[in-house]
Amino acid sequence: METGNSQDQMADLMRAHEEKLLDRWCELVLAGAKGRAPADDVRRELAELYGLVVRVMAGADEPADGQLKAALAELSRSRARTGFTPSETATEVFSLKDAVYEVVADSAEMVAEYLKFARLVDDLGLRTFETYVATREQVIAEQAEAMLELSTPVVRLWDGIIAVPLVGTLDSARTQLVMEKMLDALVATRSEHAVIDITGVPTVDTEVAQHLLKTVMAARLLGAQCTLCGIRPQIAHTIVSLGIEFGDITTKATLADALAHALHDAGLKVGPA
Amino acid sequence: MDELPIETSDDVVRVRQRVREKAAGSGLSLVDQTKLVTAASELARNALVHGGGGTARVELVQSGVGRTGIRIAFSDKGPGIADLDLALTDGWTTGNGLGLGLSGARRLVDEFELVSKPGAGTSVVVTKWLR
Amino acid sequence: MERVPILRIGQTLFVSIQVDLQDQSVMQLQEDIADNLAATGAKGVVIDITAVEVVDSFIGRMLAMVGSISRLFGADTVLVGMRPAVAITLIELGLSLDGVRTALDAEKGLRLLNGHA
Repeated sequence: METGNSQDQMADLMRAHEEKLLDRWCELVLAGAKGRAPADDVRRELAELYGLVVRVMAGADEPADGQLKAALAELSRSRARTGFTPSETATEVFSLKDAVYEVVADSAEMVAEYLKFARLVDDLGLRTFETYVATREQVIAEQAEAMLELSTPVVRLWDGIIAVPLVGTLDSARTQLVMEKMLDALVATRSEHAVIDITGVPTVDTEVAQHLLKTVMAARLLGAQCTLCGIRPQIAHTIVSLGIEFGDITTKATLADALAHALHDAGLKVGPA
Repeated sequence: MDELPIETSDDVVRVRQRVREKAAGSGLSLVDQTKLVTAASELARNALVHGGGGTARVELVQSGVGRTGIRIAFSDKGPGIADLDLALTDGWTTGNGLGLGLSGARRLVDEFELVSKPGAGTSVVVTKWLR
Repeated sequence: MERVPILRIGQTLFVSIQVDLQDQSVMQLQEDIADNLAATGAKGVVIDITAVEVVDSFIGRMLAMVGSISRLFGADTVLVGMRPAVAITLIELGLSLDGVRTALDAEKGLRLLNGHA
């Protein structure tokens, strides 16, 4: 944050009119906030920013630069999480210019100072934009991960037989997660059979088939056999026409068939009581 | 940053161990740690067996957006790779014992940079980022 | 150089790899297993890699070779205890160890060997 030469005059003016400027700034910000942020919090946040801006303009205060950066980032993050748009957050910062302008409007000698000040505030506003974007991206990533976790359950069907119902597209990220969860479950339950149900997988192309193959091979390395089931009629056509070979992976139509197959493999039988 | 020599097969083990230590401390998931250490093992062995010996530099890095990662740079003064395309194909999985394990190692990491010229040695830099 | 101990119980050899092996040790292990099989006529080999954190392409291929070598002596081999992270990595590397029998642990491995006796 280059402030170049210090802006003593502006800093002095802002100190002198602090109460009034802060009130006006709060007023402008709360008008834009439309009730989404509590007035007390806003007041506190702006007061902190105000003080830091003044220190930065007065110059020669190393920590103030860093603290201002941090305070802006915090403001931006909190607004992002509350659902403000990045423009709204930036406008909040920009409105400090409006508040100050009202005070210096009649002072011709403050024009140069005001312009320098305005440039500083513009820069600060733009920063909030950047932090906003970064925060939103993080929220999206966290949600994506949570969704991935939720949609990859592993169920124990019987002693030594687990089921992995897959729901949603099978990309490499999901495949990785499925492999990890399935293998961990195989170890934890000491199972030698896994039934992978792909009823919930919308498309099976060569890439998805590759992912399934990898999953089956990984299970094999742990001494477990996999049975695939849930191939829907629509995708059966795609699989055959793409020439996808599932090789020696057993595929069954339904989960029930797959379970019967796994039980048979495990040397078990289901009979009447 | 750690710099390790690769002159003996014990050195290959040492490289694995050092990478494992750094990976474990960095916050990488267990699977990612394993992938990185395995890739390091492949590349260290390459430097030894095909490159006649070299070095490995292991360091923690930060990306422009603040992500943490681990970067390992392998270099050797060997004969260099004449045919990069061939080296990077999966020829080695045919099991005839040949092949440089490069293509495999490449799949285990996020970034893979290979520079090699006959007579000028080989340098491979790999990076794995925290998710 | 570390030498991996080989334990014989009845007709089966048990090999448990506990440390990070350097290449020569793995090759020495192959030799030692072959010597042992020739000397004892054991019918099965269980290689326990529960404690192994990293299996790269070289070590993977060497382990697979033990299977082929043992077969020459009329013995079956089973690789047990592979860690999930190792399995995922091997598959990503492109090494599926197709000819190698595997089991979750030594107990299941033994059962597998005896089932196929």
